Amino acid sequence: MPYQLVWLIFLLPFFSFIIVSLFFRPFLNHKPKLGGYITIASLTASLGLSIWALMEVMAAPGHSLPVPDINWVIIEGGITIHLGLIVDSLTVVMLIVVSLVSLMVQIYSQGYMKGDPGYHRYFAFMSLFTGSMLALVLADNLLFLYVFWEMVGLCSYLLIGFWFHRPAAANAAKKAFIVTRLGDFGFLAAILLLYYNTGTFDIAELHSLAIAGALAGTTLTWVAIGIFAGAVGKSAQFPLHTWLPDAMEGPTPVSALIHAATMVAAGVFLVARCYPLFSHSVEALTTVAVIGGFTAIFAATMGLVMTDIKRVLAYSTISQLGYMMLGLGAGGIAIGIFHLFNHAFFKALLFLGAGSVNHATGTFDIREMGGLRKFMPWTYATFVIASLSIAGIWPLAGFWSKDEILAASLQSQPILFYLAMLTVFMTAFYMFRVVFLTFGGEYRGGGSEAHGKPHESPSVMVMPMVVLAILAVVSGFWNVTGGFGQFMGHGETHSFAQGFFGILAHPLPWMSLITAGLGILFAYAIYSAKWLSAERVGSMFKPLYTLFYRKYWFDELYEDVFVGKVLVGGFFAGLQGFDTYGVDGAVNGVANATMAGGRAIRRAHTGQLQLYGLFIGIGILAIILCLYFFG
Amino acid sequence: MLNLELFIPELTLAATAIVVILLDLIIPRKGWLVVVSLAGVVVAAGFTIAMWGGSSQAIFNNMLAVDNFALFFKLLFLAIAALVILASTDYVSKFARFQGEYYALVLLSALGMMLMAATTELISIYIALELTSISLYVLVGFLKDPKSTEASLKYLLLGAIASAVLLFGMALVFGFTGKTQLGEIAQAIQALSLTGVLASPGLILGIVLMIAGFGFKIAAIPFHMWVPDVYEGAPTPITAYLSVASKAAGFAIILRVFYSAFGLPQWLSLDWGMLFAVLAAIGMTLGNVIAIPQTNIKRMLGYSSIAQAGYLMVGLATVGIASATDIVGRSSLLFFLASYALTNLGAFIAIIAISNKLDSDLIKDYSGMGKRAPLLALALTLCLISLIGMPPAAGFMAKFYIFSGAVQHGLLWLVIIAVINSVISAYYYLRVVKVMWLGEPASGEKVPSSGALRFALSISCLGVLLLGIIPGFVMKLAEVAAKMFVF
Repeated sequence: MPYQLVWLIFLLPFFSFIIVSLFFRPFLNHKPKLGGYITIASLTASLGLSIWALMEVMAAPGHSLPVPDINWVIIEGGITIHLGLIVDSLTVVMLIVVSLVSLMVQIYSQGYMKGDPGYHRYFAFMSLFTGSMLALVLADNLLFLYVFWEMVGLCSYLLIGFWFHRPAAANAAKKAFIVTRLGDFGFLAAILLLYYNTGTFDIAELHSLAIAGALAGTTLTWVAIGIFAGAVGKSAQFPLHTWLPDAMEGPTPVSALIHAATMVAAGVFLVARCYPLFSHSVEALTTVAVIGGFTAIFAATMGLVMTDIKRVLAYSTISQLGYMMLGLGAGGIAIGIFHLFNHAFFKALLFLGAGSVNHATGTFDIREMGGLRKFMPWTYATFVIASLSIAGIWPLAGFWSKDEILAASLQSQPILFYLAMLTVFMTAFYMFRVVFLTFGGEYRGGGSEAHGKPHESPSVMVMPMVVLAILAVVSGFWNVTGGFGQFMGHGETHSFAQGFFGILAHPLPWMSLITAGLGILFAYAIYSAKWLSAERVGSMFKPLYTLFYRKYWFDELYEDVFVGKVLVGGFFAGLQGFDTYGVDGAVNGVANATMAGGRAIRRAHTGQLQLYGLFIGIGILAIILCLYFFG
Repeated sequence: MLNLELFIPELTLAATAIVVILLDLIIPRKGWLVVVSLAGVVVAAGFTIAMWGGSSQAIFNNMLAVDNFALFFKLLFLAIAALVILASTDYVSKFARFQGEYYALVLLSALGMMLMAATTELISIYIALELTSISLYVLVGFLKDPKSTEASLKYLLLGAIASAVLLFGMALVFGFTGKTQLGEIAQAIQALSLTGVLASPGLILGIVLMIAGFGFKIAAIPFHMWVPDVYEGAPTPITAYLSVASKAAGFAIILRVFYSAFGLPQWLSLDWGMLFAVLAAIGMTLGNVIAIPQTNIKRMLGYSSIAQAGYLMVGLATVGIASATDIVGRSSLLFFLASYALTNLGAFIAIIAISNKLDSDLIKDYSGMGKRAPLLALALTLCLISLIGMPPAAGFMAKFYIFSGAVQHGLLWLVIIAVINSVISAYYYLRVVKVMWLGEPASGEKVPSSGALRFALSISCLGVLLLGIIPGFVMKLAEVAAKMFVF
């Protein structure tokens, strides 16, 4: 098949977006299922093409495919913007992750969103979201990438605020958009700086410039830090992490997609895509590793105390993304992306499980659940598999990638290794705290919207969960032989059996396994066997508990202190005063008050106009003085 | 030489304006006025297109240039005038009298702008400017309610100050060089072989005063004070017209005057280039920041237009700093103007329809428009996204083009300020989007709009999308126009 077909991978979801939003929504609103079907069909085709691309890339020399590109904009004497695609090992891995997870989420959504009045709108946005992410992954120049980067942000805004009639959802959407834009600014500045220094946006050219040493020194460091700032915003790393926990206000399948495959993965992907720019700057690479390692433990601590199942998962995502950044910073592309690959499946599964639980109980509060093991066996089984996987229990997927990150961090920064090890304990603890509280014990009645006894979700929701559960077990096997690492361009391979059991001959995996086991045991002791009282433990660590529960007061710091006091209270109020009382009197402001009922011609004589004229004079004078002194 | 055939577009427009006034006296069905006005505009545009691409010529003893630069602007003004006329039909049909005058004045001001883009001589520049301005003063006050009258009066008085300042500047330049023809002024300045700013205070003073006079037209800081008041008070179609056509005409004249007359020697051009760079930085920052607390959408767009003028001046700064043969500054400026015109017109046309129904320009009254008028809200959203500079709208391409030109010529600091500003601006533009889509509608009533208005709106939005997605064609036009300059 010709390589042009790769374009279809991201164009198909765009087509389905157009069809659903322009034709189905206005004209076929009484047949809501159509929107879901067309989205699923287009994503199935994208997944098929992605798998084909993976096969082709695996077979191709140098693991990349030449895809014909087109010239989008030609500026004479300036630059030419290509629309081109990179199809290499990094891209195809991401393509598989995005299209597969998205497909599963869409299938699941048919059950979850059933009867929602915005059904068509939901699937239209989901198509656009997936399509933008696929395009972002394929883009061969930074400008093109940035366009889709922003579109991913816009779609997540629309989807987080999907139930916009709820103020919490609208606020969460706004927060996600604004906070990530802070990071985007760094990314854009980095693109400009790169263009200023090299005159190109082409990623491959930039790579070769960095490798050749033409792009080096402080410039390269600043560029890399700027790009990383974008990734920090998108991937919710410290200190721009505050938006992700709130983003759970969107429908749960949206969270699954955002947390597993699209929005947040974009940040990690960006660092991997620009890796040569990072690897030639020690400072940049260290920053990535330190921010990642810190975020991993920082977010995990907050995950320990949350009582909302989706919030626990949200902090776990931030923490796992921190791991990925640590993997990228301390190890390399293969290590960070391998964790992204595995994480996508088990985290999507966890969210779909949370959605399924919510479907049955009408609440997300784990204190109101309990005993669901009996009512929802499938959800229970898949959720436990995913929890074991994220906790890093051998031989599930999470174990393999987490182990590599730990090994890499031990080699580069021992302090980060200890933090990561502590995070392993916390991850196991908070995940099994959720498992025991949600599925163990007796049913505690559910939320206010609960209707009778909880029941298992329909098969259209269970089936994707089963598929993802299988992946959460086996996806890690790709690198048991070292195959993933080699595909990404480094490392050697060995036999499967040697990798599968041989790893247990090393001390490090045992350390992490024991740590994770302790975490599970601790959770069991408190929440299942009740050897320890949760209240007692809580009050023993009261100050810490409060610190974690209030999220280190970051929301307050940002919203009340920074936005509230400094910006609104100080800056904008000052400007408002300037606006009202200064040069710019409103048409009906001062004039109206003093000359009510007066004629317009008299109003214009309240002094306002003279002031305006005076300003023209002052302006001219200022310009002349400036010229005199600086000219 | 008197090559009258090159003057046909302008003559057509003038004739149409007179015919419209006369027709207004005779016919009872005022709908025909729109048809006749539009026909005149289309015919004038046809003649203009027929001249496109040829070599540069001059008419009326080198007072007017007929080059691709002028033709580009003439087409732009004609397109804007056509869209404004279409968008005015609802509004104007409510007037009991003077409907003919309204359309005639729009046509006459368009004629003035077409002349502004073509003039190459100081006196005719002034006359063209006054023709435009006087028509606009009347149009701003057309509603005759207190707000509109006040706006008109403020505009008139401040406009008169600006004109006086401009004339003073021209007089100084004339006194210094002894010429009024732009090309001859350039030669005279080079013959003087000056060495720096302080060596020629008279000339510099003249140039600064001219910047002030033109700066009034384009709403550059600190000559912007009239903008919010006039935008708020004027009839909304006229606000739209002012915000795009008048600004574009200002930029056309600045480009021609500064590039032709003051383009050499290098230090002089660098000097005004830096001056525009500084004005750009202050303008966009102040415009964007003051736009944030605004509650009236027309006023908000007024400050937004001050900020957009700032982005446009980035292009002027590039023109000043780049060498004379480098067209990227000029062509990106032209492209930005075209994209801005479509975008802002689209936004205002949507506002005309919505405000007509609401009888209010307050942003909070736009609540729930997504439900009451989904298409209008969608169009307004697209235009606001374009004003932010987000893809796939035209604004993104325009900003990209103008900023990349500036970066190429070493204005990285200015571009970084501009990008920060774009981020700030997203806040107030998106607030409107949020209110429209996420707010609760005050009532379930739909918002009606006439076919003419919907047609104008679709053209604008289509243009915004086309320029954003396949900008190549208009970029090519801008490049051709930027190359063909007559001194």
